[in-house]
Amino acid sequence: MNGYRRRAAIDLRLLGEGQRSWVMAGIMAIMLFLTVLAGALGLGVARSAGGIDRQLAGQLTVQLVEADASARDVRARALVAALGRVPGVTRVREADRAELAALLRPWLGDAGLDPDLPMPVLIDVTASPGAAAQVAAAARRVAPAARVDGSARWLSPVRGLLATLFWVAIALVLVIAAATAGVALLVARAGLDTHRDTIDVLHMLGSTDLQVARLLQRRIARDTLLGGALGTLAALALVALFQTRLALTGSEVLGGATLAPVDWTLLLLLPIGFALLATVATRMTVLHTLGRKL
Amino acid sequence: MGNIVHFENVGLRYGTGPETLSDVSFTLTAGGFYFLTGASGAGKTSLLKLLYLAQRPTRGAVRLFGEDAGSLPRARLPGFRRRIGVVFQDFRLLPQLSAYDNVALPLRVAGVRESEIEAPVLEMLAWVGLSARVTAKPPTLSGGEQQRIAIARAVIARPEILVADEPTGNVDPDMADRLLHLFEALNRLGTTIVVATHDMHLIGRIPRAQLMRVEKGRLVDPSGLLRHPPGAA
Repeated sequence: MNGYRRRAAIDLRLLGEGQRSWVMAGIMAIMLFLTVLAGALGLGVARSAGGIDRQLAGQLTVQLVEADASARDVRARALVAALGRVPGVTRVREADRAELAALLRPWLGDAGLDPDLPMPVLIDVTASPGAAAQVAAAARRVAPAARVDGSARWLSPVRGLLATLFWVAIALVLVIAAATAGVALLVARAGLDTHRDTIDVLHMLGSTDLQVARLLQRRIARDTLLGGALGTLAALALVALFQTRLALTGSEVLGGATLAPVDWTLLLLLPIGFALLATVATRMTVLHTLGRKL
Repeated sequence: MGNIVHFENVGLRYGTGPETLSDVSFTLTAGGFYFLTGASGAGKTSLLKLLYLAQRPTRGAVRLFGEDAGSLPRARLPGFRRRIGVVFQDFRLLPQLSAYDNVALPLRVAGVRESEIEAPVLEMLAWVGLSARVTAKPPTLSGGEQQRIAIARAVIARPEILVADEPTGNVDPDMADRLLHLFEALNRLGTTIVVATHDMHLIGRIPRAQLMRVEKGRLVDPSGLLRHPPGAA
């Protein structure tokens, strides 16, 4: 056994191997399990919202209501031609009568197929996200009564829900992180109390507060890492199962919640982050507490 | 030799209780050998606590190694404590560590490399007659063996001052003699030795040692002059 490993082993023995160590690891396993689930939810929701944004940001619908069928057809052709010339527009397509009838079927039934029934003109436009204002201006130049709607507008409640879920997930991660720091603080205080005699002897032999803090922070970091790794692996297995189930739904919105490799990496780094957090909390607690003694 | 310890009108009070030590003034010379005597509860241990920086005086001045120990910032205490070896009356060995690791602790605290620890620790354990108990843990050792481990731990880092509170209380006369020889050897190497003891036989074994007597929290010689034990000169 080399010197460093021997000293590390003695450092751990200085505080004794007790049941509390497993309790701490168990608590950290639960903390990290919940954190990884919350983190996965946040990342998945962010992916899904990003997918919706990408899909809908450039989708516009130009609607023209005109009772006179011949005037409507003339205006529609002029609109399609004018919109096709707007910079940033990549696709312009007028919905045909059959599509409109299909859209109205839930309300009108087969009456929507009546050729004499006046139908609005609907033109789907795909454009770059910044071109929406120019599309609207071009449409109004040709037909002042034309109405331009962004498709994102219809999905804004869904987008709002996803944003709320994202922030709830972030808040959960932060709350659990704060609770972890709190647990580390309590464990450090309990450790100082339990090992008071040992710490007194170490002080009398010339140990610095930092040396004492290192003993406790190593122990707590080790327990956090060990328990955290177990909790993280369990949570990741559950997330992987959810991902498989989401993919099977065939839903674009839900399917968009699939985690990317970078997301999995971030989740895997959580126990290390929490171990660092617990280490810092322990160090601050020990130094603060010992600083009040002789 | 210069002064290594100087107490000036020192008082010590625990909490709001009465003074445990009052108006204690004395000077210890570097390289000296001192016995501290007095009845139980007279204040010997409290005086030693001030010496090894486990307490700060509530009044008066304590100077150690030429500096005012009463106003030392906390960050400097470890450096001072490493220059002082302490044998506690109740040993204060760490029960979870072996005899070897207990003795090695001051060296490890001081940052000595692991490769440089083994030889002096084994030598020290041999010196106190515990070579065969290197791996034994304190709860499995007798009182005398624990005391010897405590002494080995106190002297392993070659402190400038060795403070021992009843260091021979649990050992047989032969071992007491051996430990006293160890203290003398350290003293000859320049370590200042302060031994609190009731054992007048022990005090008589070191004729050149000086004697301090504490009674009811005060040094009996109010001038602070240190006297040779009776019959020693």
